[in-house]
Amino acid sequence: MPLLSVSDLKTHYKSRDGLLRAVDGVDLVVERGETVGLVGESGCGKSTLGKTLLRLVDPTEGTIEFKGEDITVLDQRRLRGVRKSIQMVFQDPFASLNPRHTIGEILEAPLIVHKAGNRIERRQIVADIVAKVGLPSESINRYPHEFSGGQRQRIGIARALLLNPELIVCDEPVSALDLSIQAQILNLLVEMKKEFGLSYLFISHDLSVVRYFADRVMVMYLGRIVESADNATLWSDPRHPYTRALMNAVPDPSRPRQAAPLGGDLPSPSNIPSGCRFHTRCPLATDVCRAEEPEFRFIAPGHQVACHFADTIN
Amino acid sequence: MAPLLHVDNLTIRFPRAEPVSNLSFEIAEGETLAIVGESGSGKSLTALALMQLLPRAAKVASGRIRFNGRDLLQLDAREMRRLRGSEIAMIFQEPMTSLNPVMTIGRQIAEVLKVHERLSGRAARKRAIELLELVRIPAPEKRVDDYPHQLSGGMRQRVMIAMAVACKPKLLIADEPTTALDVTIQAQVLDLLDTLRRELQMAVVLITHDLGVVSQWADKVVVMYAGRKVEQALPGDLFNDPLHPYTRGLLAASPRLKNDFHYRDGALTEIPGSIVSAAGEAGCPFRPRCDQARASCGQRVPQLTIPAPDRLVACPFTSSIKAVPHAAAFSL
Repeated sequence: MPLLSVSDLKTHYKSRDGLLRAVDGVDLVVERGETVGLVGESGCGKSTLGKTLLRLVDPTEGTIEFKGEDITVLDQRRLRGVRKSIQMVFQDPFASLNPRHTIGEILEAPLIVHKAGNRIERRQIVADIVAKVGLPSESINRYPHEFSGGQRQRIGIARALLLNPELIVCDEPVSALDLSIQAQILNLLVEMKKEFGLSYLFISHDLSVVRYFADRVMVMYLGRIVESADNATLWSDPRHPYTRALMNAVPDPSRPRQAAPLGGDLPSPSNIPSGCRFHTRCPLATDVCRAEEPEFRFIAPGHQVACHFADTIN
Repeated sequence: MAPLLHVDNLTIRFPRAEPVSNLSFEIAEGETLAIVGESGSGKSLTALALMQLLPRAAKVASGRIRFNGRDLLQLDAREMRRLRGSEIAMIFQEPMTSLNPVMTIGRQIAEVLKVHERLSGRAARKRAIELLELVRIPAPEKRVDDYPHQLSGGMRQRVMIAMAVACKPKLLIADEPTTALDVTIQAQVLDLLDTLRRELQMAVVLITHDLGVVSQWADKVVVMYAGRKVEQALPGDLFNDPLHPYTRGLLAASPRLKNDFHYRDGALTEIPGSIVSAAGEAGCPFRPRCDQARASCGQRVPQLTIPAPDRLVACPFTSSIKAVPHAAAFSL
């Protein structure tokens, strides 16, 4: 049984422009010990998907099974038990740290909520985790503003680890960090994964980070997964034109400059194009693409693509 | 021929800090110079100094900024205002914060033309539509009456570019112009900037933290750390053979530059600590984070030396550093 199994998940919002289909029929699986990278551009629904998995936002349709139990039907009390096991790390840890509490207080709070140990034991758990994420022990008496961006992300990771979770949803955890700090945080996440046997859903717009960090990669476009494959396969043999365009758009010193691979902008999620949702920007689009939404189908074991021409593209 | 812009020993001070120290660089007409550095490197303040738009607390403590034969630091506010927007223009990271939300984009572009080129209302509007067309905004005669919120992030940055190039400036300063944009849009905007640079014979100062962008779009690269230039090179040389330990560290820490490297193969190379460690330190600002640091590094700031043609580096020990392990990956 997979750790997390999501099927036909939809999260729609009502907005002024009509129904906003942020997540629009996503299937995904995270196995134990696996790091799944979720890549896409802003507005593709990847953050909404992450929040829906923790039920910080309620889904409109579909199921989210965590260790076999559908958590979309749980009430708040039973949900709290699940939230111990699924934690989240955010892009900007500063926004999620109370500026008037010390790091010690911030880290102790979840332990109190989940009734873990007595006061002395809790202090010990906090001290241990602070050391594990590479912060100096005196950090517990300091306030969030006294830390640099990289250190704050260490605090965010410490908080996510406190309750011994099994799955951590990381939403752009290194996007706000400088390059030299980004490597420190990625390395820390890898160490923590080994140490605690974690699984990650790693949401990022940065393909190169996902390439380093993920075991399997899913590419999202306008509310749907358009391609999913193991890391090596995706980079060596991408089959969706959008995946290819994303890869070509990354400026890479090891190859000559490319022409911009895609014209136009992402359509609005409240006005998703007919047929294949990528057809308005796709260089290969035909009449079939404008009329029929392609099925998300297997073209090889472990490699799924939602494109009518996935077999012939090259 | 004299360079278009010559920044000579620029030092910027706040009451209790010196965010830019003895910075010098030159740009020729039509050239793209990238200034690359992380937050706190002083790259954005340098850009603001060129425009004479430094925050009030910051002062240019010494140095000269020669632009097209004149020292910008000697100009009075009125002369500078005339220059700004006409001969030197700037675009910023977040176009939404630099555009007026209650004014149509057409009127905002026209305003530039009315002020600097004294165009009439009708002529300015016509020219605004041409400029929108120049920056490849579809249906410009319709879009001209849109408000900023009606446009996507990429389109807004195009509008900013249209305003910036309205008077055919000789120099465009682009401060992280694509950092807020998605990669597919980034590619479009950088493409556009480069086309305009060629069409309008404009020099570009491209300020960025993104080494990939630098590698593809710069003619010349300045690497800054804690307010100082630590290395300067042509992009090919920089990526093939970085000399300063900071540049080497940055390239090694970048997953983008190691295409087939996966976490199961090993950890990314880290630069320990953070730029905060440079504050108040004597000697080389990078010393607290440097894996090559020796006792002498703490005594004085290393001078820039010329290790090869078209190169500068501020580290006396570069010749003793062995090639970085991943150098083979960056064949240009």
